[in-house]
Amino acid sequence: MAFSLHGVHVPHRKNTAKLAAVPMPSPKTVTIPMSMHIGAPAKPVVKVGDLVKVGTLIAEAGGFVSAPIYASVSGKVTKITEYLQSNGTTVPAMVIESDGEMTPDESIAPPVVDSRDSLLEAIKQSGVVGLGGAGFPTHVKFAVDPDRIEYLIINGAECEPYVTSDTRTMLDRTADMKRALEAMKKYFGIKNIVIGIENNKKEAIASMRKLMQETCEGCTFTVKSLPALYPQGGEKVLIYHTVGRVVPVGKLPIDVGCIVVNCTTVAAIGAYLETGMPLVEKCVTVDGGAVKEPKNVVVPIGTALSEVFDFCGGLTEAPDKVVYGGPMMGITVPDTTAPILKNTNAILALTKKETKLPKTTPCIRCGSCLNTCPFGLSPAQIARAYDKKDAVALNNLSVNACMECGCCSFVCPANRPLVQTNKLAKQFLKEEKAKEDAKA
Amino acid sequence: MNNQLTLSVSPHIHSGRTTRRIMLDVLIALLPAAVAGVVIFGLTSLIVIASCVVGCVGFEALFYVIRKKPIPVGDLSAAVTGLLLALNLPANTPWWQCLIGALFAMVVVKGLFGGLGANPVNPAITARVFMLVAFATLAKPAFPTIVDTVSSATPLASETPTSLTDLLLGLHGGAIGETCAVALLLGGIYLLCRRVITWHIPVAFIGTVFVASFFMEGMDLTAALAAILSGGLLIGAIFMATDYVTSPATPWGKIIFGVGAGLITFLIRYFGVYPEGVSFAILFMNIITPYISSWTKRKVFGTGGKNA
Repeated sequence: MAFSLHGVHVPHRKNTAKLAAVPMPSPKTVTIPMSMHIGAPAKPVVKVGDLVKVGTLIAEAGGFVSAPIYASVSGKVTKITEYLQSNGTTVPAMVIESDGEMTPDESIAPPVVDSRDSLLEAIKQSGVVGLGGAGFPTHVKFAVDPDRIEYLIINGAECEPYVTSDTRTMLDRTADMKRALEAMKKYFGIKNIVIGIENNKKEAIASMRKLMQETCEGCTFTVKSLPALYPQGGEKVLIYHTVGRVVPVGKLPIDVGCIVVNCTTVAAIGAYLETGMPLVEKCVTVDGGAVKEPKNVVVPIGTALSEVFDFCGGLTEAPDKVVYGGPMMGITVPDTTAPILKNTNAILALTKKETKLPKTTPCIRCGSCLNTCPFGLSPAQIARAYDKKDAVALNNLSVNACMECGCCSFVCPANRPLVQTNKLAKQFLKEEKAKEDAKA
Repeated sequence: MNNQLTLSVSPHIHSGRTTRRIMLDVLIALLPAAVAGVVIFGLTSLIVIASCVVGCVGFEALFYVIRKKPIPVGDLSAAVTGLLLALNLPANTPWWQCLIGALFAMVVVKGLFGGLGANPVNPAITARVFMLVAFATLAKPAFPTIVDTVSSATPLASETPTSLTDLLLGLHGGAIGETCAVALLLGGIYLLCRRVITWHIPVAFIGTVFVASFFMEGMDLTAALAAILSGGLLIGAIFMATDYVTSPATPWGKIIFGVGAGLITFLIRYFGVYPEGVSFAILFMNIITPYISSWTKRKVFGTGGKNA
């Protein structure tokens, strides 16, 4: 590898790294949105008044790029409401009132996996989507010609501050990971496995090295200790730093022979192969200055954030922001009735002090943004081009390469909204292209 | 409580490094040179420093008051310009000339171009060049008041060489803040440690002058060392050429900028009519900075080419 991509040193704040996940008691109700993944929303297959158990299918995949959804508690479907997603659109959400019993569905049985197709089907039926946060349906990633998969890269970087749920997966769920990896080796013909982990997680690295020794038969298996430099866990960054390949702008990892899967996603697949219980609960890191007892908690999907905070001793002060995920790329929620989603890896209640940003002042052309951008973009120039709505300049500046990691805004001494403008610029180019296409 | 949650786009945290903090660091880094200047050239230098700083801050404030805009002097950039300008002037500069220089720096060079970040050239350098052309007294530098051995003009214009020790300590004629090499290097190290500047511009600038002078002086190491310790090279290379606004941001861009400024300084010193060329060199490189920046753009990852 010729050089390492740039990045920023973010405060780690991995307060919960030593805390194994504790299960939360059954919530009174859960609200399960029909879209917790990238792709078509799932189609409900139960109606109001139906009785469901833990693991009962409540919505089937709404297309190829979609994922089925299962009840996370036993009880009764009481209503179907509208859930406001972070992008401003709404999807139906199913409200299930728990009977407190958490009775598993009788039909739950380990899947029979004896071929590539049956393993793909099992991954699809498990309801597993990219659990690192992106929520891309996992079975779609693997639905490619097995010969194209040169490397299976497992993302254990976990570069966001606070978040430790992947660390706990790598420490506590190695058996699940092993089962999934063995099956993938056998039926997807995986030849090379690489796990990338930031070097601030020594125990996770040791645990994965042990897994490596147990699982290396018939393939190469490498554990890569990577510098704790945000955004190490960005998909294209991780591919470059683990196998030295560059994913061209607009292409997918598989175009350079790689599939990247989060370590918790792997564990979730392994758990399904063992028990047949689909993805109905999620380990989330609960942290932030306003949380009394930060913890890792295993939460039924659909549980309101407020109940999870209550389980962690409640909030010590009114938070300024409540965030899904980490503080660098996480999404703020309007209120704490918002539910835990499949791809929620952390919920943070951040105090005013933690979220305090400096005043926005004029750009002093210090170059911090372009010298920290992992992909070598020029955010300040992009912002100037966007102000002029100059589509040609924006294309020349390759704004579409931006992965929205937020390093530029984090380091900007003038606190200019750089990554925010990149997002707007990408949207603007999309609209311009749609206009062009409509003309042609 | 739920209604009071802030909704915003990520990121939700910031490094804490601000423009004001950077400017404060530059002021701190200039302090040793300012103190040395007052010790070497006497209390009159304080009048120069005070009139330049007060002038710059005052004129910038006034410029924004007249235009009914928020006054930006809290970012300390005007104070930095004022202090830099003062340290580039001889201690015997009359206060009214300082004020005219400050007015030129803050209004003509900075304000009229759009304020902080929008000026194409460095305000302090440009004001100094303006004053050099406008006021004849600037051509006659002040002499140290604490020693009486120095009888000539700046070492660059003098026939008898100044000793390296005197050059390091600044016991020779020149502008208030440019003579004491030790103080300037101390400030430079502070800026490097605080990551306000990178090594590229100072090393390329000073290195180029050193190498060129070394060969020009017939491989005379002492003369080459004297060349880099004399005149305004250190203050220029460490504090003025590294101004973010008017220098390239990429490492290679900075190296080109530094080498270019070094070559021009060398050419003016040896072949020009002025004894010193640092200000002109930086000013010229300021003007071509946009071109250097576009030549040295970083390649965007994933857009083709080797490793990118």
